[in-house]
Amino acid sequence: MIEAKQLTKFFGDHKAVDEVSFTVEKGEILGFLGPNAAGKSTTMRMLTGYLPPSAGAAAIGGCDIVADSLNARRKMGYLPENAPVYEDMTVTGFLQFIARIRGLSGREADDAVERTIGKCFLEGVRHQMVGTLSKGFNQRVCFAQSILHDPEYLILDEPTDGLDPNQKHEVRTMIREMGRDKAIILSTHILEEVDAVCTRAIIIANGVIQADDTPKGLRARSEKDGSLAARFTVPEGVDPIPGLEAVDGVVKTEVMEQDGLKMLVRIYPVKKGDGLAARIAEYAAGQGLALESLTEEIGRLDEVFRAITMKQES
Amino acid sequence: MARELRGYFGSPLAYVLIVIFLLLNGFFTFFISGFYEMEQADLRDAFFRWHPWLFLVLVPAVAMRLWAEERRQGTMELILTLPITLGEAILGKFLAAWFFIAVSMALTFPLVLTTAYLGDPDMGAIFCGYVGSILLGGAYLSVGSMTSAITRNQVISFVAAAMICLFLVLAGYPPVTDPLADWVPKWIVDIVAGFSVMTHYQSMQKGVIDFRDLLYYGSLMFFMLFANGVILQARRSS
Repeated sequence: MIEAKQLTKFFGDHKAVDEVSFTVEKGEILGFLGPNAAGKSTTMRMLTGYLPPSAGAAAIGGCDIVADSLNARRKMGYLPENAPVYEDMTVTGFLQFIARIRGLSGREADDAVERTIGKCFLEGVRHQMVGTLSKGFNQRVCFAQSILHDPEYLILDEPTDGLDPNQKHEVRTMIREMGRDKAIILSTHILEEVDAVCTRAIIIANGVIQADDTPKGLRARSEKDGSLAARFTVPEGVDPIPGLEAVDGVVKTEVMEQDGLKMLVRIYPVKKGDGLAARIAEYAAGQGLALESLTEEIGRLDEVFRAITMKQES
Repeated sequence: MARELRGYFGSPLAYVLIVIFLLLNGFFTFFISGFYEMEQADLRDAFFRWHPWLFLVLVPAVAMRLWAEERRQGTMELILTLPITLGEAILGKFLAAWFFIAVSMALTFPLVLTTAYLGDPDMGAIFCGYVGSILLGGAYLSVGSMTSAITRNQVISFVAAAMICLFLVLAGYPPVTDPLADWVPKWIVDIVAGFSVMTHYQSMQKGVIDFRDLLYYGSLMFFMLFANGVILQARRSS
């Protein structure tokens, strides 16, 4: 279990992280979301023991990151932001070096290096200097470094940054697979990534946790989640809106598009999923509205994200 | 430590430095000192006397990348989150660089062979000379390691290390201390000279390995590396 207890970090007078608490159990993949400078990297740096917290504590697998730092570090793999690597080493040399520091030697080290090279698709560049690699490979080399010792806990700061869509997909697949028996935290500002890999997400802004929920739960916070989008043609001279709003279970409506007699109206329900769609369809038929489509909308993470983080700023 | 070693011997800079070191050594020994003309089977005046000056340029060049490079590449975050302590990291890097200097020194062995072939040198004195030079290299190196932790710019690290080392040399260099003795009481000059590597270097070149000299080098290196750790610890947060 990765545990953060009221982690707080001051840089001078500036409070970069403010009493952040959460836990991540094995089998969970936690997405860490937030605008730039929200405190994501700072929180991760405290979790990995790179930055000493100003207050609060963190533990990796029960080992306090300050008091029992070495044991905590042994249990985890860390991919720092921007994927730093030793540019003057070859890929194999770099991974061998990490293996040595991780206490592996001889056959064990070779095996671990080979396995990781295979997993991270580095076969083709294994003898190249890391400094000559493209950003995508660079990122994968550093990622390889973090999983080399098959750690129980993984902390990844923007693991898909700089990768092309295919590579992103590969890395996400890998993370998802590893997530079955490991506890993983990853930060990102790509919202689709949260949907693609995370079992849970935390949105942080100005150093404070604003939301901690499943991706589905977060989406449900969107105002639009569960609303109905109805597209229809109205008969000449009829205003359908008051009638629609009078339908049982409708809070309000909103005209999204209007082109002559064709309309797209969003209808917000009082309660999600209580069969409002059927009642709307019934009403439309009764009033002679030619209903073309009626869909239930799913909340979008970016809207939720924006709503949560903007609220914080104002 | 092994990692840094590989880093050193894998990088072209290292070979360039070794070659420069050997060339300069030969140059000073044979041309400036006129080793052959001296007709003495002795390395002290011809060879070892140049090291405090030679090292002034070469050792900071070896040391400048130690931490500055980690900061520049961002790998500091990587290495300090691996399961090793800060002390181990500092010491490992330092020892690797020191070993590198020792190897460069060892490569001057043809000079010893030449001397032995030409005459009958005091091997004990030569051995002490080497020990002294390597300790001197270690002392400079600890300074360089410390200055390298201050900045991400290798050039600044180099200049700062060279300046501090220059001070450590001049504080006990007779052409500086002798005129100084006319101005200030002798005991002050002696105290200042006590901080100098020169004082301790020369006594070892005479073929004496004194415990006090070892203690001097040991404490200088310890102090510098400790400062190195404090700087890194403080700089982490920024």
